[in-house]
Amino acid sequence: MKAIANIFVELFIDNAFVMSFLIVGIISLFSKFVADKLTRGKIHSSAIAIFLGLILAYVGGRATGGSKGLSDLPIFAGIGILGGSSFRDFAIISTSYGAKFSEIKKCGVIGVVALLIGVIGTFFVGALIAIAFGYHDAASVTTIAAGTVTFVVGPVTGAAVGADSAVIALSIAAGVVKSITVMLLTPMVAKKIGLTTPRAAMVFGGLMGTTSGTSAGLAATDPKLVPYGAMVATFYTGLGCLLCPSVLYFIMKIFLP
Amino acid sequence: MIYGVALLAGCMFAGSFVGNLLGILTGLNSDIGGVGFAMILLLLATNSKTVNKIMPAGYTKGVEFWKEMFIPVIIALSASQNVASAIDGGLLALLAGVGVVVVMMLMIPLLNKLIPQKAEDKVSEEVEV
Repeated sequence: MKAIANIFVELFIDNAFVMSFLIVGIISLFSKFVADKLTRGKIHSSAIAIFLGLILAYVGGRATGGSKGLSDLPIFAGIGILGGSSFRDFAIISTSYGAKFSEIKKCGVIGVVALLIGVIGTFFVGALIAIAFGYHDAASVTTIAAGTVTFVVGPVTGAAVGADSAVIALSIAAGVVKSITVMLLTPMVAKKIGLTTPRAAMVFGGLMGTTSGTSAGLAATDPKLVPYGAMVATFYTGLGCLLCPSVLYFIMKIFLP
Repeated sequence: MIYGVALLAGCMFAGSFVGNLLGILTGLNSDIGGVGFAMILLLLATNSKTVNKIMPAGYTKGVEFWKEMFIPVIIALSASQNVASAIDGGLLALLAGVGVVVVMMLMIPLLNKLIPQKAEDKVSEEVEV
């Protein structure tokens, strides 16, 4: 019996990438069943699947102590390939096929405005929360605030302004929480905040940033909106890396000597 | 099938190249919006008459396949997030992460009301001209 189980374990480890198709397929099928039968189609099945993915990531992270969720377990390593940044970007790019160019042109200016408000607004909200928690030096506050921009901007900024490594870790955690919150909250509030048009999706992408969070959140809301939101969101991290360690850090330095 | 997938891959590298170049020019040394540029490239390519002439019929199926695979990729992505450490990050990480999202979400209807009005006026003007 144990020998048979071992055959499977070895097969799964040897064919990790193929294994990931099976796992994701099973998660999707289960989510579709839950969405259709238990929620009667009220909740999008991809929202349930993404939520399930996050729970599995938590379980995997707890079980292994690693940083890549479920994919730290050797038999699920393929999940890390399929869900890694390479395939993420590849799949996001493919979503632009079929999007309307006229919509994007129309929203160019709004996209830029949303990006600026998104990065700067997020930074200051993050900074206020960091100050409320007792951080009073410009480097720490800037780093934590940058982490709330995205989990990439946090460590980049932290390194540039010479923040403590514990603070950098905290900034990454804040960024990951943000990304997950966007994934989960977007489908729930989409209608209330008017997230139904390409224009609104582009504003959304600019305000939220986090490419993973935005694309997952929009995918679970209405897959047609993904290209518009994702396209704007991809410029968010770059803008954050540009503004946080420079202009925004100097502003923080004025207020926090 | 392969032609579309190859086109997609080509767009990704071309876009990332532009993104990285921008990164070097701005001194950030990271990819700035490479995926965004790649998306625009793919959009231009699939709408271009020359590309559609060169490519064998039905090449877009390869692009469509990956478009369909987008949600499964995102499910895999969510399953490989560092959720455990996000929760362990403590109250500050949780509050800061959730706080910024809530505030920004409240701004969407506001921004939608304020700016697009003008943009729509512009568009309708263009149509009249």
